[in-house]
Amino acid sequence: MATAEARGAPLGRLERSALTGVLVREAVNYSSYWRSSTFSSTVEPTIYLLAFGFGSIVSRIGGYDYVDFVGTGTVATAVLFSSAFPAMFGTFVKYQFQRTYDAILAAPVDTEELVTAEALWIATRAGVYGCVPMLVAIVFGLDPSWGMLAVPFIGWVAGFGWACFGISIAGYAKSFENFNYVVSAVLTPLFLLAGSFFPLDNFPQWAQVLANLNPLHHCVVLVRHAVFGWDGWKDFARLGALAVFGLLVWRIAIHAMTRKLID
Amino acid sequence: MAELAIRLRGVVKRYGAITAVDHLDLDVPEGTCVGLLGPNGAGKSTTMRLLTAQAIADEGELEVLGFRLPEESKQARAQCGVVPQLDNLDTTLTVEQNLLVFAHLYRIERSERREAIERALEMSKLVGRRDSRVDKLSGGMRRRLLIARALVHRPRLALLDEPTVGLDPQVRQELWALIDALRSEGTTILMSTHYIEEAQRLADTVLIMSHGSAVAAGPPFELVREHAGQEVLEVYGPPTRLVEVEAEAEAAGMRTRRTGTSISILGVDGTNGFTIDGERRPANLEDVFVLLTGEEIA
Repeated sequence: MATAEARGAPLGRLERSALTGVLVREAVNYSSYWRSSTFSSTVEPTIYLLAFGFGSIVSRIGGYDYVDFVGTGTVATAVLFSSAFPAMFGTFVKYQFQRTYDAILAAPVDTEELVTAEALWIATRAGVYGCVPMLVAIVFGLDPSWGMLAVPFIGWVAGFGWACFGISIAGYAKSFENFNYVVSAVLTPLFLLAGSFFPLDNFPQWAQVLANLNPLHHCVVLVRHAVFGWDGWKDFARLGALAVFGLLVWRIAIHAMTRKLID
Repeated sequence: MAELAIRLRGVVKRYGAITAVDHLDLDVPEGTCVGLLGPNGAGKSTTMRLLTAQAIADEGELEVLGFRLPEESKQARAQCGVVPQLDNLDTTLTVEQNLLVFAHLYRIERSERREAIERALEMSKLVGRRDSRVDKLSGGMRRRLLIARALVHRPRLALLDEPTVGLDPQVRQELWALIDALRSEGTTILMSTHYIEEAQRLADTVLIMSHGSAVAAGPPFELVREHAGQEVLEVYGPPTRLVEVEAEAEAAGMRTRRTGTSISILGVDGTNGFTIDGERRPANLEDVFVLLTGEEIA
């Protein structure tokens, strides 16, 4: 059989070179579509701010100027929109129509590495694009603060989880149409029960308890606290909740995609 | 005996009630080109997927370049190049960007990346199209790029799954030249095909597959001589005439096979007194294939 020197050292799991290979593919592809995705992720929050921030009949809410409230709240929306959705649709397209994953898995890359690298890429994009609503809000009067520097990191952690969530859905989905169920039954309620546009104080008690199970809600609160002032250990707990969510769906995503990609 | 680049023993792969690969044995000695020949559904593509651990066998032993599958598959894949049957290039990227991505995926050192990409461009004759987006290329160019992408890291073993399927005859010949050049450089090749001519021209050894298992294996000319003799008499005529000829030939102990419009009478070597009029032609792999499997190919 093969000689000893040709065998080389055994290759481990989650190798840096395998992750890099997949990330390079995404980065090179991004260079061909960055204009459109940057455009949409900037225009959308601007419209939200204009519509909710200025169309609103209230000017102060929960102790904040409403523009400040929405400007920070929609960071989580932008993170969700630039992670869960591209992960869901992108994964499905790459698996089903472009067969990109077949090509990558024929190279020395395992499903675990493929999924991890894809999620890391989407998380990084979500971390960056997540800041856009906040930057737009600064233009409309939000005061800059040092805590804002933590926002890309919060967006990254939340984005990683939502990316893995989207990949999992794509892994279990049998067709594109299945995504409709997830969007209307899961993402829309989570999006509305996050506290982006109005505080959850007016909701019944049970809904407020339930909101603690909503990773998007923790993201909203963390971003607001980063911008306006931290809330000590409670914020650590929120960050921990986001990390647990991310790790959990990461393993689920790997399981789902292994089932899908390896016969 | 040469070292084996691929060694399969008793490999079984089932999908529900369907057994796609059924106790398959396969040897690919290093430095040779082996052709898997069989009709659609014979298990060729599944075999290819097993070799990259994109399908996991239910039974049997698999070794690729000395590595046990599926456990050590990643190491084997690092030294393999795979040309899939279905084009999976990144179509919005340029030719060069596609090669760059795979230079990274195949872990080529930074200092050697440039050179590897240039070599792949030259080999596939795409130097002039390096900046073209893939969706602007012709079918033949895309297929050449698909091959170049698989070879960018100079693999020891190339796995080609139906490398010329769906291409014009002229484009097909270009690709044959490319594969032949690869073979003469000493790269081991396993190629699946359902084109008889492709197997006959390129393969040192052909393995005929039917319903997931190997029905015969050997150098093409030996398979032909052993199973179909040297010459075949091709008799054309109306259906009733063909039935008569068939009966007559079988009565004389000859083997026959039906093609659409004719009866082929096999093993009519020399002038052994067979009196039916027809066209004599050299026996080929297709005759062997039909004889052994009872199926038409392609």
